[in-house]
Amino acid sequence: MKNIIKSKIMPLPRADIDTDLIIPADFLTTTDKKGLGEHVFARLRMMEGNFPFNLKKYRDAKILVTRKNFGCGSSREHAAWALKDWGIEVVIAPSFSDIFFSNAMKNGILPIILEEKVVEWIFEEEKEKNGCELEVDLVKQIVKIPGKKDGFAMFAIDSYRKECLLKDMDDMDYLVSQMNEIEKFDKKHAANIFFDTKVL
Amino acid sequence: MARNIIQKIWDEHVVVSKDGFPDVFAIDLHLIHEVTSPQAFEMLREKGLRFHVSGRAVATIDHNVSTAVNRKIATDVGSQKQITALRGNCAEFGVKLMDMDSGRQGIVHVIGPELGLTQPGITVVCGDSHTSTHGAFGALAFGIGTTEVGHVMATGCLLQEKPKTMKVNFVGRMGECVTAKDLILKLISQIGVSGARGYVIEYCGEVVRAMSMDERMTICNMSIECGARAGLIAPDSVTFEYMMGRECAPVGEKWNEAVKYWKSLRSDDGAEYDRVVDVEIDGMAPMVTWGFNPGQGIEVTGSIPKDADAQALDYVRLKAGQAIEGVTVDYVFIGSCTNARLSDLRAAAEIFKNRKVAKGVIVYIVPGSEDVMKQAKSEGLDQIFEGAGALFRNPGCSMCLAMNEDKVPEGKRCASTSNRNFVGRQGKGAITHLMSPIMAAAAAVTGKITDVRKLL
Repeated sequence: MKNIIKSKIMPLPRADIDTDLIIPADFLTTTDKKGLGEHVFARLRMMEGNFPFNLKKYRDAKILVTRKNFGCGSSREHAAWALKDWGIEVVIAPSFSDIFFSNAMKNGILPIILEEKVVEWIFEEEKEKNGCELEVDLVKQIVKIPGKKDGFAMFAIDSYRKECLLKDMDDMDYLVSQMNEIEKFDKKHAANIFFDTKVL
Repeated sequence: MARNIIQKIWDEHVVVSKDGFPDVFAIDLHLIHEVTSPQAFEMLREKGLRFHVSGRAVATIDHNVSTAVNRKIATDVGSQKQITALRGNCAEFGVKLMDMDSGRQGIVHVIGPELGLTQPGITVVCGDSHTSTHGAFGALAFGIGTTEVGHVMATGCLLQEKPKTMKVNFVGRMGECVTAKDLILKLISQIGVSGARGYVIEYCGEVVRAMSMDERMTICNMSIECGARAGLIAPDSVTFEYMMGRECAPVGEKWNEAVKYWKSLRSDDGAEYDRVVDVEIDGMAPMVTWGFNPGQGIEVTGSIPKDADAQALDYVRLKAGQAIEGVTVDYVFIGSCTNARLSDLRAAAEIFKNRKVAKGVIVYIVPGSEDVMKQAKSEGLDQIFEGAGALFRNPGCSMCLAMNEDKVPEGKRCASTSNRNFVGRQGKGAITHLMSPIMAAAAAVTGKITDVRKLL
């Protein structure tokens, strides 16, 4: 992904958004990763006319800002694929579910953890100005509101994960590079594995 | 240094630990199903990689398979394509597939233990968040996304950060009609849906020790619903007794050797945890969720909180302060990886016996596997269910996630033994109340949420 992403935000002031909401099971019958964007948040878009994903003014927003525990529930990576396919590149929240966090990173979506009060401040700013633009600098690990004094926050990211995102690298590269170690380990570890699938 | 069981299993599986990188972490058992695997197999083909050790993987079809009585495969084209893809992928990469009518097909988290694949001390992954179920055997088992499914296929490993550990003690005694499902719903309501985020839970205490494997699986299954990466229970004689003689379990001298190793898998005296949570269960009534996440649970004798979330109330069409008992239901679902094992069906059958399903209520009873179905039939449970007016179907995930044709219609309310009451989980606009199998059966015969203790 690019090291700087500048975009208006898509505000989603709701906590505990589960992956069933992000992409309902009806749309999981695919053998592809593409084309899920049109179904992102299908249920809420149908139920709430003014749901942010229905509003023209947010259509090109690349930065989703939401409340705590985003992406909880099902492990479906389709949630990350759907958001990415829609055009979301960054999700900012006070916390994420472990699995979604991992899935997002593996699909070029940067999940940024910011303090709850900062997230709420972004929501207020957005409401007040009827829109809010953010600039996310992955190299410097800063989220800022362009042109606003003190309008910035630092975020933490694991150095390995940062490298992967910047270079569009997958864990597979590192894992495959460790194959010798893995095979050595397998031989030693085999003594503690007692199930046998050959009988099936 | 004293270590808890989670740390022991963790340490045993670290392959490479290098500064600046997450640990390379070994996976022993990889369970595969049709929905979260096609893109991973495709990744292997794209990158020209082979399957690392196909003998440590087992696949089945469960998520979108039809559960109709005379089922063929799945009813919609997308699902059929996924199932066909899995069959082809398993053949191509040499993975054993527990296909329909093999006698071994079923919900992936039901068949793993049933076949004796799930064992103490191993690491288990599946592209499914309820993989935590296998923790009941003292395995470290967790759900992963499809990209990681591909990593495990190709290398037998994942990159992982060491989790924090949490000890959960159930304190007190289980009252009449209070089940494992009620205990886990109580924990989730106590710590919330993100209360264990970043942790692996060890469930401890006399209450857990007294539980059967089926009950332990129900507890571990829902660990993810409070955000935990995994949940496990140290193995003991109940575990070994369950496993002995199962198809993939060791035999003879190998069995003795295994048991010796498995017995070493317990937390040392004085082992520390990052967090300890006590759940008081004395005097508690069976639980029911009222809202749209599994943390919104209350005792059936209780009322919806006065300060309940307005969005949730609006979706479930209930009012703050309203008693949960007496709320009418349209559907009842007894099934899922949480509660579709034989003991769940037996318990439900006790309630259905000599009773009829309430007028207008549609009841789906979906066994967790072909084996559970066979045993249930041999005990005549199907007769009891069908005699009462319930539908006894073929095994699959069914109405838990409503990927196949088993859906709760819009605006209808379902009493369900599954694990998630999320918006639209059981179908577009469907309302879900989570509860135990006997509570769901009580709702089926009365047509409303009912304290099952009144039917005794």
